[in-house]
Amino acid sequence: MLGFAIRRLLATIPVMGIVAIIVFSLLYLTPGDPAAVLAGEQATAEDIERLRITLGLDQPYLVRFGQWIGGVLQGDLGTSIFSRRPVMELIVQRLEPTVALTLASLIIAVAIAIPLGVVAAWRSGGIIDRMAMSLAVLGFSVPVFVLSYLLIALVSVKLQLLPVQGYVPIAYGIGPFARHLILPAVSLGIINAALIARITRTTMLEVLNQDYIRAARAKGLSVRRVLIRHALKNAAVPIVTVIGISFALLISGVVVTETVFNIPGLGRLTVDAILRRDYPVIQGVILVFSATYVVVNLLVDLSYGLFDPRIKY
Amino acid sequence: MLRLWRRHPNVIIGAAMLAIAVIAAVAAPWLGTVDPQMIAPFNRLETPGAEFWFGGDLVGRDVYSRTVYGARVSLAVGLGVAIGGILFGLIVGLLSGFVRWVDQVLMRVMDGLMAIPSILLAVALISLTGASLQNVIIAISIAEVPRVARLVRSVVLSLKEQPYVEAAITSGTPFVLILLRHVLPNTLAPLLVQGTYIFASAVLTEAILSFIGAGTPPSTPSWGNIIAEGRTVFSIAPHIVLFPGLALSFTVLGVNLLGDGLRDIFDPRYVSRT
Repeated sequence: MLGFAIRRLLATIPVMGIVAIIVFSLLYLTPGDPAAVLAGEQATAEDIERLRITLGLDQPYLVRFGQWIGGVLQGDLGTSIFSRRPVMELIVQRLEPTVALTLASLIIAVAIAIPLGVVAAWRSGGIIDRMAMSLAVLGFSVPVFVLSYLLIALVSVKLQLLPVQGYVPIAYGIGPFARHLILPAVSLGIINAALIARITRTTMLEVLNQDYIRAARAKGLSVRRVLIRHALKNAAVPIVTVIGISFALLISGVVVTETVFNIPGLGRLTVDAILRRDYPVIQGVILVFSATYVVVNLLVDLSYGLFDPRIKY
Repeated sequence: MLRLWRRHPNVIIGAAMLAIAVIAAVAAPWLGTVDPQMIAPFNRLETPGAEFWFGGDLVGRDVYSRTVYGARVSLAVGLGVAIGGILFGLIVGLLSGFVRWVDQVLMRVMDGLMAIPSILLAVALISLTGASLQNVIIAISIAEVPRVARLVRSVVLSLKEQPYVEAAITSGTPFVLILLRHVLPNTLAPLLVQGTYIFASAVLTEAILSFIGAGTPPSTPSWGNIIAEGRTVFSIAPHIVLFPGLALSFTVLGVNLLGDGLRDIFDPRYVSRT
């Protein structure tokens, strides 16, 4: 197990290395003069020249890349062009809301999707199955911000149950924190539940056809016990895999949801950086999000052994 | 047709929904619309009614006309990305499938690209090249390439094991003929299904990019930027957000239904859509 974990951890190094090369090289590969585009339309020739030096576009590619990657490895992601503060510091400041939103959405997505997928598979072809699968297709099709606005219109504006937008740090009390987090987390959770529910249903359908399920029922175990202890546990590997994949969806969802609900997290940081053409910040955020995605999928791989003892490392 | 309806109603329903969006995009000037950019301060935040079907926006532009014209951007992006993504993905996938040393390099690059959330990759590309319809299409296409490439590669690798392809190779059939006769026909069905999903996800991605201000420039109405402009006045004039939002959901739902239906027709066992 430990050997496998170490090997798997080492295997993420080339992937992250390539992500770093791609993110860094975009500056050089884009046609035209990136310094001129990033400086904006009102920029003078001096502004563009200064930006070129700040971004290091005046130096050879390899020299620049060496310096940059050296910094990244020491936790230095460069300096924001706009606020002139270290990118790492900006990211750390905005971390809490994004982590809170991501975790809450993930929990809601799993809490909706797995029971729904299990019941849909158990009663496949029935009314719950059809409704669940229609909802899943709808979940793929409704963009998260449209769902967010519908929920705001209903819950916040019409019923006035929850705040329209904003974020309260957890340090200011769990009540206000939760009240502000519910709507964004539910919107994002529902969208992500679609994919997970669909995979849960398909995998459960396969498992439920196995002989040992019939045997378990025949020896008199309750439906609930068979579904959860026998079927769901055996269906866990594909489900966990898709939860890992859906994490990418969650990340882009976070960027949008934070904009809709005015949450000062990493998503807002990204959007503000785009509007200000603050490339070092964009670079840093992409690197952090991609690293998180790679780590999550690493954990998913490592978790297989928990669900399926046949998987030996 | 009747049989198709009975066995795969999704295909017909999805195609019909997509057709409605296509008609809106093509026939936009003749659907009772006015100039979507015409500013009429008198009609600011007009509520939906007989004269302004979907109401007016912040500067009095007709939301109905803007929504109908917005279909043009979304469908152009969907089609452009589906074609671009498949074309580049096909090239990368074929190269990886046939040339072993290229495979190692290309697949590692694809792994790296896959690890970057596609919205963020598109955002980075657009912030460096400037926002325009063309750049949006290119940026989203690049983000879609790895998925297509992997699909094509897996088809090529499994085909190479097939006796009839082995026979063709050993009997000295020119490579181009093997490609045309054996490989491309076998990739057609999965690529068609994948193409619909790429179309749907590209339409959503464009809307998200425009919504966060990194997509279609404000001079062209697109569902994403109409919603972005209506965002600030959502609690007093929700119609500016809701109508383009519905149009967006309707179109993507249609394409997804079409894709699901096609997938069931081509391969009833194919279940993964990621």
